Amino acid sequence: MDIYLPIAEMSLDVFVLLGIGAAIGFLSGVFGVGGGFLLTPLLIFIGVPPAVAVASSANQLVGASVSGVIAHWRRGNVDFKMGFILLLGGLAGSVLGVWVFTWLKRLGQVELTISLLYVVLLGTLGALMAIESTRALLRQRRPGGFRRKLHQHNWLHGLPLKTRFRRSKLYISALLPIALGLAVGVLSAVLGIGGGFVLVPAMIYLLGMPTAVVPGTSLLQIIFVAANVTFLQAYTNRTVDAVLALVLLAGGVLGAQIGTRFGTRLRGEQLRFLLALLVLAVGAKLAVDLTVRPASLYAVTTGSG
Amino acid sequence: MNRVFARRGPRLQGFAVLFCLALALAAGPARGDAVVADLSSHLIAITSGFTGASVVLFGATDGPGDIIAVVRGPEREMTVWRKGKVAGVWVNAEAMTFTNVPSFYAVAASRPLNDALLPGAAALYRIGTANLKLESKPPMTGDRAKRFAQALVEEQQRAGLMVAEIGKITFLGERLFRASIRFPANVPTGTYLVEVFLARDRDVVGGQTTPLRVEKVGIDAEVSDFATREAAAYGAIAVLTAVVAGWLASLPFRGV
Repeated sequence: MDIYLPIAEMSLDVFVLLGIGAAIGFLSGVFGVGGGFLLTPLLIFIGVPPAVAVASSANQLVGASVSGVIAHWRRGNVDFKMGFILLLGGLAGSVLGVWVFTWLKRLGQVELTISLLYVVLLGTLGALMAIESTRALLRQRRPGGFRRKLHQHNWLHGLPLKTRFRRSKLYISALLPIALGLAVGVLSAVLGIGGGFVLVPAMIYLLGMPTAVVPGTSLLQIIFVAANVTFLQAYTNRTVDAVLALVLLAGGVLGAQIGTRFGTRLRGEQLRFLLALLVLAVGAKLAVDLTVRPASLYAVTTGSG
Repeated sequence: MNRVFARRGPRLQGFAVLFCLALALAAGPARGDAVVADLSSHLIAITSGFTGASVVLFGATDGPGDIIAVVRGPEREMTVWRKGKVAGVWVNAEAMTFTNVPSFYAVAASRPLNDALLPGAAALYRIGTANLKLESKPPMTGDRAKRFAQALVEEQQRAGLMVAEIGKITFLGERLFRASIRFPANVPTGTYLVEVFLARDRDVVGGQTTPLRVEKVGIDAEVSDFATREAAAYGAIAVLTAVVAGWLASLPFRGV
């Protein structure tokens, strides 16, 4: 059954869209990543114009994240204090990011920068996570292994503005989450994504948050970032297809609820290992796309270049 | 690729066409026009379930000859990008912008174009994808401009928006003709022109132009209108709708 998308100006099978939405929602529920880094390429793959795909994905992310945060919140797995401090940095970062984006555009290689950034980010993060989680999994297999310290103390713990995050069982400087939020804000403005796939590992490894609290807190910040992107895209580019976003959402919210339940059953190490594989796979795909001769050397866009 | 000009149309349309043909035969050529033609509908309405549409083109001539029909969508500015390999990575290396690209273009004829028309006549009336006379911005000529124009046509063909494949116009007897024009689901909106040419001895001796509107109607039209007129409000509503939808969706799972 086909449905006509008024902004994308094309018809697509409603069940294909629902399926994509459900798959992305499931991932977002399990890992706390918005899934934008997978949704946008998938939409482009089935023929949605890239500009509409990016903007409508952001719109879909808003709804999916709201649903995800509610599900995590019911289990007490959202650190609101941490989330809002991250957001503080995130909003400043997205302003900075838009400025960087404009600068790259003037240089004329914004697309290439985006692809390369993705490859480097996904490759590094995926590899680090895969190594760490494999070690953690192996450590558990060995009986009678010694317990590690809760976390290592280093110079980061000497920073001022120390704040207690009760949910995260942390007593760290507020500057850390602000800086992290800032970095993610820049990335999400340049890459047009929520930034969950960067935020989640950073929260685990840099801040040392317990894995259980990470997805809900990450999704909390994604709601606001995605809402900001949706509004700006609708206002400046008129590329938000609300019909497309709602159909994706219908599939997505269901997937997210199932994903959240599935995620709480998995162990932290397993969760991290699976996410690492996913991140590596997407990174590898993008790297291959960059170097393989495209099927057609030409591409057509409406408007002037 | 879709065959834009299919041989058979729906049966009901067939009767309507025959009726109109009879009228056309009675009225048209009698006034001295070499060719008269009309469409079974002058509006293609795009609704939620739109998967493409067919329009029947029919008409009559004042004697034997070949019929060539050209369907042309509203002109748009389009940019063609050419990728090149830099340091092992494929990047958009070159670009060329064309200012007068028909957003949709299809040709149908009663015989293959080369048999029906002299190359000069086809070029003069801009019949066929090779004769679009695309203008680049800034103006450019030579092999490079030709290569980019050729690439643009090929990409549009791949998207089903330019149809070089010559469809069939069938004659019923010597003077009545008809063809079914198929529009794909991704057909651009706007005012189209359907040009019908009559050719004798491989030259154009008569022609007629008929407009065709492609429009969004119903809820989809309202959504896209609103998104254009009240962009800020649309953005805010899109965000709010998503928030409410996300919240609603989590309700059935409460207490799970």
